[in-house]
Amino acid sequence: MTQIFEKLALYFTYPFVRYALIVGVLIALCSSLFGVTLVLKRFSFIGDGLSHVAFGGMAVAAVVGVTNDMLVVLPVTVICAILLLKSSTRAKIKGDAAVAMISVGALAVGYLLMNIFSTSSNLAGDVCGTLFGSTSILTLNKIEVWASVILSVLVVIFFILFYNKIFAVTFDEDFARTAGTPVGAYNLLISVIIAVIIVLAMNLVGSLLISALVIFPALSAMRVFKNFKSVTICSAVLSVCCAALGILISILAGTPVGSTIVAADITAFFIFWIIGTVRKGVGK
Amino acid sequence: MAQIICEDVTLGYDGKAVQTGITFAVEAGDYLCIVGENGSGKSTLVKTVLGLLPPLDGRITFGDGLRAGEIGYLPQQTIVQQDFPASVREIVLSGCQGRRGFSPFYTAQDRQRAARAMERMEITDLAGRCYRELSGGQQQRVLLARALCAAKKVLLLDEPTAGLDPYVTEEMYALVRSLNREDGMTIMMISHDMTAALKYADHILHVGACPFFGAKEEYIRTDLAKKFAGEGEK
Repeated sequence: MTQIFEKLALYFTYPFVRYALIVGVLIALCSSLFGVTLVLKRFSFIGDGLSHVAFGGMAVAAVVGVTNDMLVVLPVTVICAILLLKSSTRAKIKGDAAVAMISVGALAVGYLLMNIFSTSSNLAGDVCGTLFGSTSILTLNKIEVWASVILSVLVVIFFILFYNKIFAVTFDEDFARTAGTPVGAYNLLISVIIAVIIVLAMNLVGSLLISALVIFPALSAMRVFKNFKSVTICSAVLSVCCAALGILISILAGTPVGSTIVAADITAFFIFWIIGTVRKGVGK
Repeated sequence: MAQIICEDVTLGYDGKAVQTGITFAVEAGDYLCIVGENGSGKSTLVKTVLGLLPPLDGRITFGDGLRAGEIGYLPQQTIVQQDFPASVREIVLSGCQGRRGFSPFYTAQDRQRAARAMERMEITDLAGRCYRELSGGQQQRVLLARALCAAKKVLLLDEPTAGLDPYVTEEMYALVRSLNREDGMTIMMISHDMTAALKYADHILHVGACPFFGAKEEYIRTDLAKKFAGEGEK
């Protein structure tokens, strides 16, 4: 046991390990807050779709040779988020098809571009890294860490201030609209924030595993808790714990960060699922 | 002056008309039932009155001190709500959202209003319960309490008894009638249940090929009513 702590203490003397832990926990917090809303609005897959868009954006940025790829990725993802959520409010059936289309399309075009115009000798490694986020969280610099911290704080403040409105809009859009709430504006705001979170989260788990980060904590919390407030708080706490645990395990065991975090989330889901089932049985 | 006036309104989606020539007026304290065949545009009418859809033609005006956003709406339940983790108190309180504007939190006044609405609907003891675990009738009471939080004078109900058993249906109608008689709420209700519509309402709006609007007594004498009520009983 002391060996493990010594090993951890050693690793924590490196700044990049500390950065990874800070950013990882913050992103897990942000994605879980909005995860509840997304799952309930039947948009579980938007994380997947948008992350593929972000992947495509990254590929374009790499090909064009923009040094800071955030400048390309963020606006492209935000625009796609707005388009996706807009189209689905007008025609309900188009929603999931649109997500699938954009998701697969962006992934394919991104990979194609990277393949044709590749400047790196290790293409498979690059693609794998972007998709699964194996190393990028360990290569963050100080500015990126601060940017993530500031953005996360803004997201959390926004969520707290608009908590009641997010609830109203998620539970019943039509009713909220008749009561005079500007539903369209809030939906727009929510989709922009989700795009920002996804671009942030790509650093952590890579684009393939973002959906897991968004939906698992929310689904786990929904197994056990029965009101919106406790579900939200529980999924935030759970997500933070799983992210921290996943990062620590991946440091000690040398496993890929993203997959380890998701594995922790999956384990938590099963534990909560069992608790929920047992409780229901006892209740009867 | 009437609270809601529709003048020769054309209803429809995306520029395609579903129904033309809808004209009616709702006075304070009225109990209006909207009847008609499936697909005749009853729900479209309700959404247009609420401002969720723009009328394709004609005019809808509010009078008698009523403004848009002050109509309490009881929508049909959506699939999303069936597994939504929310307590009864949270849902009822969300009815106060419209009047909050941009301020982020509910006030003590809002909480009182929600508590009164729950008391009126006799669901105070359910306040901490989870919405998805309630019976159909209880869920409707919760949504009605939420509508009361938003409403000043008018309630608009979209098939409030859909999917309820006969006993609970009667309870629901009694509740709506007492809101109309005792609290002076104006009621507009979409109904499939002709018998109940003719029993409780004082005005009928029949949406269909040849629309009708007028007092219940007048409606009963029309061929339209005889035909429609006959079909309903089959």
